[in-house]
This record gives sequence, structure tokens and C-alpha cells, in this order.
Amino acid sequence: MMPINQVYLLFCAALIALGVAAFFLARARASQLRTHGAAMVAQPDQYAWFSVVTTAGPALLVAALSAFVLLLLGADIPTLYLLGASLAVAVVGLLIGLSQVRPDFHARQAIERVIRGILAAAAMVSIVTTLGILISIVFEALRFFQMQSFWEFITGTTWAPGNSFLAAAGRADEGASAAQFGSVPLFAGTFIITLIAMLVAIPIGLMAAIYMAEFAPAQVRTLAKPVLEVLAGIPTVVYGFFAAITVAPIIVDAAGFFGLDASFNNALAPGIVMGIMIIPFISSLSDDVINAVPDSMREGSLALGMTKAETIISVVLPVAIPGIISASLLAVSRALGETMIVVMAAGMRPNLTANPLEDMTTVTVRIVAALTGDQEFESAETLSAFALGLVLFVVTLALNMVSVIMIRRFREKYRSNDL
Amino acid sequence: MSQSFDEITAQLKHRHRRTARLKWLSMGALALAATFLVVFISDMLVKGLPAFQQAQIQVEVTYSEQSQQMPPAAVNEDVRRLVSRGFLRTLPMSMRDNPDLMGTTRLEWVLADSAVDQYLKGHHTRLKDDQRAVVDDLLAKGQVALKFNTRFFTAGDSKMPELAGIASAAIGTIMTMIVTMLVCFPIGVMTALYLEEFAPDNWLTQVIEININNLAAVPSILFGLLGLAIYINFFGVPRSTPLVGGLTLALMTLPVIIIATRTALRSVPDTIRQAAFGVGCSRWQVVRDHVLPLSFPGILTGSIIGLAQAMGETAPLIIIGMVAFIPDVSASFSDAATVMPAQIFTWAGEPDRAFTEKTAGGILVLLAVLISLNATAVWMRKKFERRW
Amino acid sequence: MLNEQIATRGTESWRPFIEPALKPAPPAAQGKPVDTNEEAGHELSIRVRDLNLWYGANQALKNVNIDVYQHNVTALIGPSGCGKSTFLRCLNRMNDLIRSVRIKGLVEMDGRDVNDPRMDEIALRRRVGMVFQKPNPFPKSIYENIAYAPRMHDLVSRKAEQDELVEQALRDAGLWNEVKDKLAEPGTSLSGGQQQRLCIARAIAVKPDVILMDEPTSALDPISTATIEDLMDKLKQQFTIVTVTHNMQQAARVADYTAFFHLGELIEYNDTRMMFSNPHTKKAEDYITGRYG
Repeated sequence: MMPINQVYLLFCAALIALGVAAFFLARARASQLRTHGAAMVAQPDQYAWFSVVTTAGPALLVAALSAFVLLLLGADIPTLYLLGASLAVAVVGLLIGLSQVRPDFHARQAIERVIRGILAAAAMVSIVTTLGILISIVFEALRFFQMQSFWEFITGTTWAPGNSFLAAAGRADEGASAAQFGSVPLFAGTFIITLIAMLVAIPIGLMAAIYMAEFAPAQVRTLAKPVLEVLAGIPTVVYGFFAAITVAPIIVDAAGFFGLDASFNNALAPGIVMGIMIIPFISSLSDDVINAVPDSMREGSLALGMTKAETIISVVLPVAIPGIISASLLAVSRALGETMIVVMAAGMRPNLTANPLEDMTTVTVRIVAALTGDQEFESAETLSAFALGLVLFVVTLALNMVSVIMIRRFREKYRSNDL
Repeated sequence: MSQSFDEITAQLKHRHRRTARLKWLSMGALALAATFLVVFISDMLVKGLPAFQQAQIQVEVTYSEQSQQMPPAAVNEDVRRLVSRGFLRTLPMSMRDNPDLMGTTRLEWVLADSAVDQYLKGHHTRLKDDQRAVVDDLLAKGQVALKFNTRFFTAGDSKMPELAGIASAAIGTIMTMIVTMLVCFPIGVMTALYLEEFAPDNWLTQVIEININNLAAVPSILFGLLGLAIYINFFGVPRSTPLVGGLTLALMTLPVIIIATRTALRSVPDTIRQAAFGVGCSRWQVVRDHVLPLSFPGILTGSIIGLAQAMGETAPLIIIGMVAFIPDVSASFSDAATVMPAQIFTWAGEPDRAFTEKTAGGILVLLAVLISLNATAVWMRKKFERRW
Repeated sequence: MLNEQIATRGTESWRPFIEPALKPAPPAAQGKPVDTNEEAGHELSIRVRDLNLWYGANQALKNVNIDVYQHNVTALIGPSGCGKSTFLRCLNRMNDLIRSVRIKGLVEMDGRDVNDPRMDEIALRRRVGMVFQKPNPFPKSIYENIAYAPRMHDLVSRKAEQDELVEQALRDAGLWNEVKDKLAEPGTSLSGGQQQRLCIARAIAVKPDVILMDEPTSALDPISTATIEDLMDKLKQQFTIVTVTHNMQQAARVADYTAFFHLGELIEYNDTRMMFSNPHTKKAEDYITGRYG
């Protein structure tokens, strides 16, 4: 029995050899036909490529599909047989390809159909990805809800998964208390941190966009855009470190100065830093939207003797507002799903409070916590990550949908009004 | 007769003041955003630059049978606690590799313990008072010094801060990015080609388009859940490896590349396509010979931006176990590995304060790479920008 | 080339080109119309002298001189790209919005140079309103479209006053009967012609001295066009109107005076009837008779 890697290598070599053979055989045959005076509808190279396609295509398809089906059935994959069968298919394909080297065969059209098929298949990958996310999350989430009550998950105010391993080991009644999966504190924490982030990002981002679109001289614009892009390109893990190491202690000190007691894992630090992260997002989207407001609106207002501020506030912004709301919704969806900043700077303790100086935790933090421990996969705590993920997916999807619809309405309206 | 200019101008004063106020307020917002960036970068520089220097100490190293058995005996007792335990631990190995060393005593610069390092850099340290006196004394004699920290760039992770480096994470990042780009570049470009050049205008095409937009907005952590449930649990791809990490990040980067490629394809004017059709090209020939070459710089620019984004991503990789402790540099797609952001995350969680500086150092390296990638993209966009 | 230059000197085209300094400047260069309109008022509203304008390095207006009279309709005609719209926008400094524009020369209103840095362009636009080629109602209700500017200008202090002003403006613009029952509906819900009259009502509501109209009917159907032309005729009782039109018949129908622009120069400025029956310059003659344009 050869090592598996060598088998694969051998298979690839054989397939490539067959493909090369197909190419040259078909081309030779086509050239020969042509020199004998046959009027061919395609060029020799096109017949050659067609033969390569009939050789390699079905063979690879057979190998991949049967491997997938076997995986789905949970059976072991008989690698050797599978690859052997695939090579046999390749040989058959080669013969078919050669037999098609006929003067009246439209090889070019056939190749183009294949290319089109391949491109369409590539386009399906994104659909499959979405389905993959949905399936992986939904199935595991369903398993979680078989163990835990859905109602309890939605309305419960205590998140204490700590003892679930005892339950998984069949010793539920021996633990001090049963595991509890009430997600309300997690959503509350997520909501508060998102709110703080938006309070930072929306005013600053929007005002910066107004400056860039309405006031800034061209030089400032060309300078400010890359600066904001740099801000947008900083990885979230870096922001997380900044929040935990620099911002959180400052907030604790500042709170202490006012005689308040702040936790080092307070919600303010990740919230503010998340807001900073989102500023460029809001400002660049709003900048686009404000620039898309037709100049005829501005001129109409200015020609009435309105000042610039009045024009911006009473005419430009009301026109742009659907686009700005759309950008803000996208930003909210980002903040909800943001993971690294909260994992590094927010707390782990589910804490139902409205005080941003206390520590609190979020949905994403608990997903990470549930999946990085030494839990076995079947435990309720691990599966709870997927239930939380499902909620996150649904909420962000809904926000995104609403946002896309709003921005599309805005665009359509001002394209058609451009006459 | 209406009012005169002077009357109107007099009334306008407070209204002009509002414009000025709005201008300054909005300018302040932009300045604030820029200030954040400056504060942030300087904070990272202050915290991270010291990581590129490491304390070394000049000691007499005795290579003998005894130090082979019990490495601490190789250095004098009064400086023994000041020398990195990592150095002492590798002593027997280097003696095995270089038999000539046996029986000699050499004055060598060796890696100092991180406590010494932190003391020299003026940070809080666990050195005791008498040890501080020794270090001060050595410092006066020039036998302790901060030197360029090559180890930081050549070594893998370690539990001892003075030994830890980013090399294994950097290699892991490269391996992961290779997988990511190999998967998502062709699929992304093909998808965009299909949607822009081939797809009929039907419901399926619309579904694909809406889906791509949505995929771009899915929180990255959910891609981690996908990787865990589908790649690892279903397909049995080995956990923590560049392979599974790359595949996961590929799906996440896919929408970025598709959207960028579509923009690039759309910027090729239809007149070129019509001209090519006019000389009898088939649709594929038009795309291959005319549209693709003309839009290639744009596609490349978008791909670089996608690459930079994938390179900074951490959350999904945590879920699929790429935060492993990787002390040795290994260039394999199917061995456990870690990546730069994950390494930063791991170090940020270390209780030892000396790791704070390593974390910030790693961040500086990562930022340098990402900013140069983005700058390349911006430069390429400028250079190849074409006005039709 | 030589012929053309001579031709621009109108009636004196037989004179040799070498003597221009000796002959009196042609009427267009002095800013006065060649012939005066006996029926029209002759009180000066805006006086323009030696106006030059550049877009970057491109000169769009060359030494333009015009007197605009109060309570008249003055039409600016000429082939596209001749600078007539650019000139119109100089009168209320709308060109300020374009960064690369440079202006030299005098535009005088009420004894003040409007391009003087001390002149507040907002105050100027308060007195010189504008209606654009494409109707551009704000995305607000019909009522708000009109009430917005007077409120900002403190022209009204009470709601009743405001209602009255809105009604008066809509009546003056001949729109009141069509919209009085749907004042709360968005301005964009009206038809194109109604939208343009809404924009006129909006401009009237501020009570300016002058209303500039930049091809106000070019985006409209013939019936709406006729309505707006009638309106212009009525409005000149209260306002001075300067309109740009690409349509010579329109100029002939509505204008008291007509100015003909070509390649940034004012070729002829004349009483409308004279301009269309007996133009003094060959270029205007050729344009009016349709040889180019």
C-alpha cells in the first residue's frame, strides 16, 4: 500500500498525461483532416482543447462527486478504487473527444458552453457558502434547542453554562445547579456596546463626511481619504489590544477622578474603540451619498438666498437621509458581529446592567468562549455557540437587507430625477 | 421695492455664523478622526518599538562536563538569574553541535532574562534590589546592553518573553494566504466574469447578486462557525492548519474580490466589446483577449485589498483553532500553525507584562505589512487608472 | 477671418478694418440696446461693463456690456456654448460654486459692484432669484417648498402670514388652483410644467427684484411652455426678468429686449422686434435666419 500522497500525485500525473495526449492527438487528427481538404468548422486547436475538456472534466467530476456522496453517507472512501474509476472515465472521455474531431463538429461552441458552465459553477460557490453557513448553524442550533428550551433561551436572564459538562456526562442532578442558557444578558451587553459605538461613530463619521463633501478644499480631501482608509484597514485584533491596554485604564482613571468605580473590562472602552473603527465606514458611505445628491438641489436652495449651512441642513441632508440611515444600519450590523474588540476588552461575565462602567459580555464573546474551551463538541455549551450564531446571522441579515433596499430606493430616485 | 443690500446683509450676520459653526464643527469631526489615528499609531510605537531591542548580557560561559549535565553551572552564580533560562536550556545542544567548545571558557554576549530587559527599559520588573544593584554595576561596566532583537524576527512563539518571536506566525500567515488566494482569486474572478459578461438577466442571477452583497456583510465570526461545522467536522480537514484557515478566509474574502472585479470589468467601455464582436470574436474570445487584459490592474488592486483584509482577520481563525502555541517554524499546509493576528491575540492575553511590548511589536510589523499592501493598491489604482 | 471681423461691426461693415480706433464703438459694446423699445420701462436694473470670465485657461465671456432694464423681459439667445448661461449665472454669482472660475469686470446693481468681496452673495441672491433649466423642487411638500425660504429670511413671523404668502406666490405663479387641495403632497409629485411653476413660485415668494431664468421651458412640453411664457409676461409687472432661451420664437414672443451671444461675445443687443425684423449685425441675421446655431 503506497502512502496516500503518492497515490494522489500518481493520479494527477496520469490525468495530466492523458490530457496532454488528448490535446496532441486531437490536433494532429484535425490537421490531418484539414490537409486532406476537408472544410472544418473549427480550428485544430479548438478540437484539441475540446478533447482535453472531455478527458479531464468528467473524470474530475466523477471523483469529486462520488467522494462527496460517500462523505454524506458517512462511508469510508475507497481512495484507490475511486481514483482508478476516475482514470477509466478519463480514457473513455479521451476516446469520445477524438471521435468528435469531425469537419461538421462545432468545437468552439462546445468549448464556450463548457467555459460558461464553469463560470456559472464558480458563481454558485457564493450561494453554496451562504447555504453552508445557514446549514451548519441551523443544524447545530436545532440540536441545542433539543437539549434546552427555546423559550428559556430567548427570555432567560441567567447565562450559566458552567455545569453543562456534568449534564453531558449524565450527572446533571449531582451538580450544584443545572446549566442555564438565558441569553438576555448577552443581547443586552451586545446592545449597549453597539449603542456606545454608534454614539461615537455616527456623529463623528457623518460630520466628517459633511466636511469632506461640502466644505473641504480638494487638497484636504485627497489627504483625508487615505487617512480614513488607513483607519479602516487596521485589523480588529489591533483595536482590541488598544481598547484593553490603553483605553480601558484611561476610563478607569477618569471614572475614579469623578469618584466612580469602573471595571477594567468596562463596556465603554470596547464601545468607544469600536466606534472609532466604524467612523471611516460611516464617513465614506455618507460621503458617497451626499455627493450623489444632485447639485440642482443645492443650486435651487442657494439661488433663493439660503446660506450654505441652511442648504446642507434643510435640503442636502433630508435628501441624503435614506442613504445615511442605510449606512448606519450596515454599521450597526458590523458592530453587532464585531468579535475581537469585545473578546479582548469586554468582560466574560454575563451581566444585565445599563451601567457602561461595569463589565458586560456580548454574543460574540460567548461564541468564542464556548468554542475555545476544552469542551466536547456535543455539549450544550458548545452547541449554544451555534444558537447564538443563528440569532446573530438572522439579525445582521435583516439589517443588511433593509439597508440594501433603502440605498437602492435612494439611488433609483435620484437617477430618474436627473432627467 | 424690496430691501437694500445693506439691510439684508445686516440681517444675515447670525445666519452666516451658523455656516461658520457648521464648518468648524464638521472640520473638528474630521480632525478628531485623524487625531484618533495619530494617538493610536503613536501609542503603538511607544509600546512596540522597544520590542525590537532586547537586553543582552556579557558573561563568562564555561563549557564543561558539568555544564553539560547542569547548564546553570556554566555561568557565574551572581549573574545566573540574570541570564535567560532559554539560553541555559539550549546550552547542552550547542555543545553537542560544536564539540570544540568543550573545556573552554569564553566571554560571550548572551540573551538576558526578560526581567533585566524590562528593568533596562524602565518598566516594572520583578528583579530584587540586590539583583538591580548587580545590573546597575554591569551597566556601568558596559556588560549589559540593549541590542537589536533579531530573535523577534527569526524565532517562533515561546512562553519566555525574551525568546518569543513572530517567525512562525509570519510563515503561518504566508501559508494561509497562499491557500486563501489560490481558492478565492480564481473563483472570485470567474464569478464576476459570469455575472458581468455571461449571465442572463433572470431570477437566479439576481439571487446570486443579492447573496454576494449579503455575504459581504455577514459577521466574520460566522465564517468560523462554517469552517468548524463543515470543513473540520464534515470534511475532516485537520484543525488549526493553514489549509482550513485558508479555506475559511477564502470564503470570507470572496465577496470582496467579486465586487472589485465586477467594478473593474464594468469600467471597460462597451465600445471595446462591440468592436471585438464586430471583427467576429466569440463572447469568450472578447472576454479573454480584450476585457480581461484591460481590467486586470483593477482586479489585481481589488485582490490586494481583499488579501490585506484577510491577513488582518482573527475571529474566524480562533474558532477553527488557529491560536495554537507554535514554537517551531514549520512550512506545511497540514500542520498546526498560527497567524500574525492570532499571535497578537495570544500574546495580548499573556499575564507577563513583558509580552505587552511583544504584542505591540507584532502589531507594528502587521500594520507595516498591511499599510504597504494598501499603499500598493492605491498606487496601482492611480498608475493604471484609465480614462475612457 | 477678416470678413468675419468686419461683419461683426454691423452696419459699418464697409469700413476698412484698419481704422477701428477712429469709429465710435458699436452700440453692443456700450451696453445700450441699438434701438430702444418705446413701450418698455427704461429704469436701469443691472449694469454690466467689460465682463470677462475664464474657466481655468478657457475664456468663456469676452468684454460683455449690457444694461438690463427694470420690469422688462430680457432674453439671451445664441448657439449652445456661446456663454449665455454663464453670463446669466454671473448676475447672482452662481458661478462662485465652480472652483476654477475667474471673473473680471463690473456687474452693478443698485449702485453696488456685485463681485466686490464686501458684497454678501447671499444678500445678492435674495434680490436676484433664479429658475433653472430642469425643475428642481425640494423633496418636501408643495407648501414647504415655498414657505422654506421666506421663513429663513424672516419675511414671515406668524403662521397666518406664511399661509398667505404661500397662497400669493402660488397664485402669482398660476399654480394655486391646481394645488390648493394638495399642499401637503411632495413637490416632486407634480407634472414637469407644474414643478417648474412651483420653482417660479418659490423664487417669487422671496420677493426678489430680478428673476433669472435659465432655459426654463427646455425640459417641458409645448402646453406647459405656453403657460410659463404667459406667466413671464405677467410677472414683469412686479419683477425684472432675464431669461436664457435656446428657442428664438420664445425670445420673440416674450422678450422686450434680446441679446445675441456668440463664442463668448455679445454680438448685438437690441429691441426684440428690431432684432428679429432688422438686425444690425450679419451674425445675428445669419443666426436668426437659421444659417447656423
